[in-house]
Amino acid sequence: MSAAAGATAAAAPAPSAAVAAPSAWKRATRSGGLAVGVVLVAAMVLVALLAPWIAPYDPDEQDVIMKLEGPAAGHWFGTDAFGRDVLSRVIWGARVSLFVGSVATLAGILVGTVVGIVSGYYGGLVDKLITALTDILLSFPQLIMGLILVAVLGPTMFNLILAIAITAVPAFVRVARGSTLAMKERDFVDACRALGFSDLRIMFLHVLPNIMDEVVVMGSLWLAAAIRTESTLAFIGLGVPPPTATWGGIIREGFDNLLDAPWLSVFPSLAILLVMIALNLVGDGLRDATDPRAPQ
Amino acid sequence: MSAVAVAAAEVAAAEPAALAVEGLTTQIRIAGRWFDAVRDVGFEVHRRETLALVGESGCGKSLTALSIMGLLPSGVGRIAAGRITVDAVDMTAADEAGRQAMRGDRIGMIFQEPMTSLNPVLPVGFQIAEALIEHKGLSRREAKKRALALMELVRIPAAGQRLDAYPHQFSGGMRQRVMIAIALACSPKVLIADEPTTALDVTIQAQVLALLADLQAREGLAVLLITHNLGVVASVADRVMVMYGGDVVESAPVKAFFGRPTHPYSEALLAAMPRVDRPSDALAPIPGQVPVLPDMPAGCRYQSRCPLRIERCAERPPLNPLPGAPEHRVRCWVRAP
Repeated sequence: MSAAAGATAAAAPAPSAAVAAPSAWKRATRSGGLAVGVVLVAAMVLVALLAPWIAPYDPDEQDVIMKLEGPAAGHWFGTDAFGRDVLSRVIWGARVSLFVGSVATLAGILVGTVVGIVSGYYGGLVDKLITALTDILLSFPQLIMGLILVAVLGPTMFNLILAIAITAVPAFVRVARGSTLAMKERDFVDACRALGFSDLRIMFLHVLPNIMDEVVVMGSLWLAAAIRTESTLAFIGLGVPPPTATWGGIIREGFDNLLDAPWLSVFPSLAILLVMIALNLVGDGLRDATDPRAPQ
Repeated sequence: MSAVAVAAAEVAAAEPAALAVEGLTTQIRIAGRWFDAVRDVGFEVHRRETLALVGESGCGKSLTALSIMGLLPSGVGRIAAGRITVDAVDMTAADEAGRQAMRGDRIGMIFQEPMTSLNPVLPVGFQIAEALIEHKGLSRREAKKRALALMELVRIPAAGQRLDAYPHQFSGGMRQRVMIAIALACSPKVLIADEPTTALDVTIQAQVLALLADLQAREGLAVLLITHNLGVVASVADRVMVMYGGDVVESAPVKAFFGRPTHPYSEALLAAMPRVDRPSDALAPIPGQVPVLPDMPAGCRYQSRCPLRIERCAERPPLNPLPGAPEHRVRCWVRAP
């Protein structure tokens, strides 16, 4: 990081007190992908938050006369078999998908990072057990794992979040543990011990901020995976129960009429696609920003 | 330094040593067996005094420091015998919490690598303040104020503006000053400096050493200086202790040591040191290297490289004072029988 910072300092007669920030910023914004991703994600979060005000119709309001209408001026995304406005349902669906995905990912990050840091920092038998457990959990595909958990726990929103969070935990344990192992060998950790700092302080005040970049990058990619899992579970009927609109649920409802009314499934699918692309752009952009060796 | 040395000697009689090590034996585990890596080492460092611990890599000087700090890696290193007293507190008898409370508070340490010993993602001002928050219970604001004063004390220019700067924005010499400020934040009684200037340019080295000497006089610090640079020893130390293979082989006041290096290893060390008043081809490397612990010879550990070796060297020589110089002690059957 300092080499790049030095290069920036040499190029511009900037005051030496603030050379690092612009270079990381430059790396982050160089490709433009991160900016596009952030704007898209922000837009979708905004849409989800403002759903009650911007959705043209009540998402659950049925209108038997207007059922299975194609996209038109009155209903941009058309209507479904109950005459509900698909655009409004997709907008409200964003709420559930983004909420479940982000809460589950945050919970996964929180638990996984703490466990990973503790495991990597102390090592020993506990570390061996945690690593073995992580390997076992990671050997299940995320979807299968989520499926089993929701099937056992029952399809409520809380259980959905719990299940997806549990599938995310081992991935963050692995990332945090690996980074902590590398940090533990650094001189500044020895210096902290020589200053009589407690293990807690060293782990969460000194190691944590140093591994945050990797956790955040993983987080943005796992958020995409979590939303995908939520949608898939909803699609196979294990999501938040109807009539609540969720993207996966809308796709499933439209599946019966796929041939004569494809817009029912196409629009929520596009919404999922857009989120996936946006979050992956953010993840890749962040990774480039935090890795000075990334291709220019 | 000599005036300070005299003052230190006077004080020495009156007050107990700030750092006292008695009969320290530290063991290291290699392939499941424990070997003595530091053997029966004893010394005292008084306030305002600098003791230099000299020797080549693997001689046990850093292990001695780690033993004092109570930072031996568990399962790999252990203190097998001896007593370490820091500011009248018995470190060997204390539990881990007790030792932790001592570290950074009453005993500070400076490391060799200023480039990597600071946390890259935290502002230096906070890192200086942290020990004060942890040990002295200061609020963040008070600690930061103290940090500013400490940065000025170690003569970091424009300290006020650099309080919130990050380590990579500092040069090596400035970072070592930050490390010194961190080590001295809680006004410790003892400072262990492990090769504090090895990683620095020669000119910066001189500045940092001068700063250390100045702070030592001001704060009345007892300094244990670990180094392999005899030039540094000559310029700042009051007493010298030469270690080889975990044994103290010679211990003397600095003038006596450079005037009359007596142990064959000390002689060899001095002959291997480049000096401006001698042609460089006069450098005499010491043949061979320090044997690894499992291969250490019984008795005198230097015998495998010693030109003066006699039969009696198979037996471990005691640390004997030289005739007429009780403070100059040497562990050698030939030179100090």
